[in-house]
Amino acid sequence: MSSPSPVPTTTRSEPRTFIIWRGDKDSGTYTPYTAEITAGMVVLDAIHQIQAVHAPDLAVRWNCKAGKCGSCAAEINGKPRLMCMTRMESLPPGPIHVAPMKAFPNIKDLVTDVKWNYAVNKRIKPFKPKQVEADGSLRMQQHDIDRVQEFRKCIECFLCQDTCHVLREHDKHAEFAGPRFFVRMASLEMHPQDAEDRREFLKKEAAIGYCNITKCCTEVCPEHIHITDNAIIPLKERVVDQYYDPLAAAIRFVFGSKK
Amino acid sequence: MALDHLSHDCDVLVIGAGGAGLRAAIEAADLGCSVHVVTKSLLGKAHTVMAEGGVAASLGNVDDRDGWKVHFADTMRGGQYMNNPRMAELHAKESPARVKELELWGAVFDRTADGKILQRNFGGHRFPRLAHVGDRTGLEIIRTLQDHSIHKTTVAVSMETTIVKLLKDGDRVCGALGYERVSGRFVLIKAKAVVIATGGLGRAFEVTSNSWEYTGDGYALAYDAGAELIDMEFVQFHPTGMVWPPSVKGILVTEGVRGEGGILVNSQGERFMFNDIPENYRNQTAKDKEEGWRYVTGDKTAMRPPELLTRDHVARCINREVKAGRGSPHGGVYLDITWIKERVGGPAKAAELIRKKLPSMYHQFLELGGLDITTERMEVGPTTHYTMGGIHVDGDTQMSTVPGLFAAGEASGGLHGANRLGGNSLSDLLVFGKRAGEFAAKFAKEQKAGWLDQAQIEAAATDAVHWMDAPTGNENPYTVQADLQKSMQALVGIVRLEGEMRQALDKIQEFKARAKKVCAPTGRTYNPGWHTCLDLPSLLISAEAVTISAIERKESRGAQFRDDFPDKSKEEAKWNMVVKKGPDGKMVLERRAVKPQTAEMKQIIEDQAK
Ligand SMILES: Cc1cc2nc3c(=O)[nH]c(=O)nc-3n(C[C@H](O)[C@H](O)[C@H](O)COP(=O)(O)OP(=O)(O)OC[C@H]3O[C@@H](n4cnc5c(N)ncnc54)[C@H](O)[C@@H]3O)c2cc1C
Ligand code: SF4
Ligand code: SF4
Ligand code: FES
Repeated sequence: MSSPSPVPTTTRSEPRTFIIWRGDKDSGTYTPYTAEITAGMVVLDAIHQIQAVHAPDLAVRWNCKAGKCGSCAAEINGKPRLMCMTRMESLPPGPIHVAPMKAFPNIKDLVTDVKWNYAVNKRIKPFKPKQVEADGSLRMQQHDIDRVQEFRKCIECFLCQDTCHVLREHDKHAEFAGPRFFVRMASLEMHPQDAEDRREFLKKEAAIGYCNITKCCTEVCPEHIHITDNAIIPLKERVVDQYYDPLAAAIRFVFGSKK
Repeated sequence: MALDHLSHDCDVLVIGAGGAGLRAAIEAADLGCSVHVVTKSLLGKAHTVMAEGGVAASLGNVDDRDGWKVHFADTMRGGQYMNNPRMAELHAKESPARVKELELWGAVFDRTADGKILQRNFGGHRFPRLAHVGDRTGLEIIRTLQDHSIHKTTVAVSMETTIVKLLKDGDRVCGALGYERVSGRFVLIKAKAVVIATGGLGRAFEVTSNSWEYTGDGYALAYDAGAELIDMEFVQFHPTGMVWPPSVKGILVTEGVRGEGGILVNSQGERFMFNDIPENYRNQTAKDKEEGWRYVTGDKTAMRPPELLTRDHVARCINREVKAGRGSPHGGVYLDITWIKERVGGPAKAAELIRKKLPSMYHQFLELGGLDITTERMEVGPTTHYTMGGIHVDGDTQMSTVPGLFAAGEASGGLHGANRLGGNSLSDLLVFGKRAGEFAAKFAKEQKAGWLDQAQIEAAATDAVHWMDAPTGNENPYTVQADLQKSMQALVGIVRLEGEMRQALDKIQEFKARAKKVCAPTGRTYNPGWHTCLDLPSLLISAEAVTISAIERKESRGAQFRDDFPDKSKEEAKWNMVVKKGPDGKMVLERRAVKPQTAEMKQIIEDQAK
């Protein structure tokens, strides 16, 4: 649990320099802008100010401004983060670098082409209920759904996808589903009332074996989902029941099965 | 002009991919139609994702005295009987089935001890009625609908595409023109029926819980196509938005905080909500602190605390405290949930409970406000939140007064009357999203394809790019938008006066002139400056509709509070305000008699008042 970083009570403003990527996938430059920062501002506020005052065509995605929609993912000082949840007070002094996510093609400025994610999702077999009660609903105990609810907190910001080296450095988009979709499949596979089996897909089409448990995805998740420990490792174990994955087998050997 | 554009053809075009749009798309597809969904944002990012507290359905899982009749009566009382009673009836009857069906599509609601869907208390609902998932219910609902709809092979989605014009063939609609935000290319969609599910107009105001998307596009599109807008004066100011720091002003603090025991306190430490309890709620409100606490912890013999009175009332009480100089340092009042430590066995227990029940509020304040809500009081004040009014539709079919044009969700009007109860929006989306999809599909099947008028299309397209290609001035669109928001906030806000609203109307005319002179930087690729130019006309039509309707209603009722007419009026209670485009292109207002209740409805309302 983090402790709150207090908001200064002053209403004075202070100029800060932002160095923002202006361009597209073919060309562009990092361009400096100045924004007037007041107490409590987040990076997205500064971007909006720059847009309204200096650069009306500066492209950026956002919706909720409260960390709920996952639209405003970017790389701030090199770290994948939500712009609307990054308080200016939390950043060190000096210019602030804002760049688009690197694991996806740049459309313009801070906006990237994330369509690939939607295509991956479409290939995941949907929920299939096991036992529907006469009244048309399901019976489940809270303690049986706690872990599924953790996965369902995902806001599809795709920061974990951006960070995962399998996508970011090795460009395995064609073969590898990425942490976001392991989280999604975990939410289905561990649903107490789901009757579907996605193990073959996980192994062959989602290539979960490529994940070598670096935990970088977990570190950047703004929803604090334990992507690696709670989703990926248990899924790897399930796949091991059917197929052989040396890393998962080793983990199980060391830690025992979690089922 | 030869138009470079993409073309699509479908039976049913759904504008909007929030809960209402997706539910409509699923239904129309299930009935055998080809469906095209367009959304200004990416899939899954619509407003619905932000909904926190829950979805209202009288499942009776927590209190078996609940049922559709109680829900119906609560909705009517909350709406001060301005509601379309048929919609309130259908909504109350059908929402339980709509919620249960979500569960079969993969939604995972919080559970009761016997494994059923858990329900929580919310303002104006007599029994615990809101099915929820912590305080992220909207995310659960939109994700479920999104993941369910992507597997329908007859549903196509155009993400980040904005519709700018509905196309007509004679009286009926036959398609729409839009543009791709990413490429700037035009998109022409031919359709036999169109469902508008574009949400509300919160962006017409300065302090709002709404995102950039809420520029009232659906109202403007429908209005322009000849449809009527009803009840536009009723704009909901949610009592609890964040007030500090300035950059988060307006962001919502869910009513769930009060549902879990949170209380409102002024700077003198007084729990002021006990001082003003409206007559028609007196016998349903707790007598003291003790009874209020018993209510929120599930004692069925207790009445609700006054913090859970309807939103219009709570917002006005907060406003009054602030104006009387009893506000908090940043112009709000205190919302305190820490006090429950006295009741739940100490601060550690309380902190754990708060984090479990209100996780996203906990994070929101910690990360944006630098405040730990388990140990410190929040500062809150009213924020523009929801549009009760909207496109005037038939209660059963959701068809507007224009053949083939349907509306659902926040974009449509009628269900909520003068004030919406919390949780009744998510249920509205599901119930009437489904109905709109169903009747749009039915309509589409009975029609031949319409005829697309090339001249109409080219005129609309030229109009859309002139900001860039041939601007007539150099106004900054962001500045015009900001000035409009300030004006509406100051002159047509929570407390209204005829004189001020007339000033607002004059200003709207000025803004219209300025909006003609805005200019966008060149380049069609993802150009928010251009997008903002295109949003302005919608905002202006919406703002004008709100103001004209608010001037006409000479009373205070529900969300509308008139300082010059502070009381309810029996005469005004007979009318709904309706605006539409007059023959000369100017906005005209008509009074329409409120839809009558059947004898059965009257009986239910009477029985429930006891
Ligand atoms: C912070 C917050 C919390 C809330 N909490 C609750 C709650 O707990 N319970 C409850 O019942 N209600 C709640 N509400 C209200 C509720 O969330 C909304 O009223 C509801 O989600 C609206 O859904 P919708 O489907 O009508 O529209 P939305 O979900 O807003 O979707 C509108 C869609 O239309 C699209 N669109 C708009 N204009 C165009 C255009 N020109 N062209 C193409 N597409 C367009 C948008 O891109 C979007 O996809 C809350 C609202 C907010 C803001
Ligand atoms: S743990 Fe696996 S999925 Fe996560 S970042 Fe590392 S390799 Fe990628
Ligand atoms: S798992 Fe976390 S980081 Fe990944 S998309 Fe979801 S919310 Fe974002
Ligand atoms: S704007 Fe929604 S998460 Fe940042």
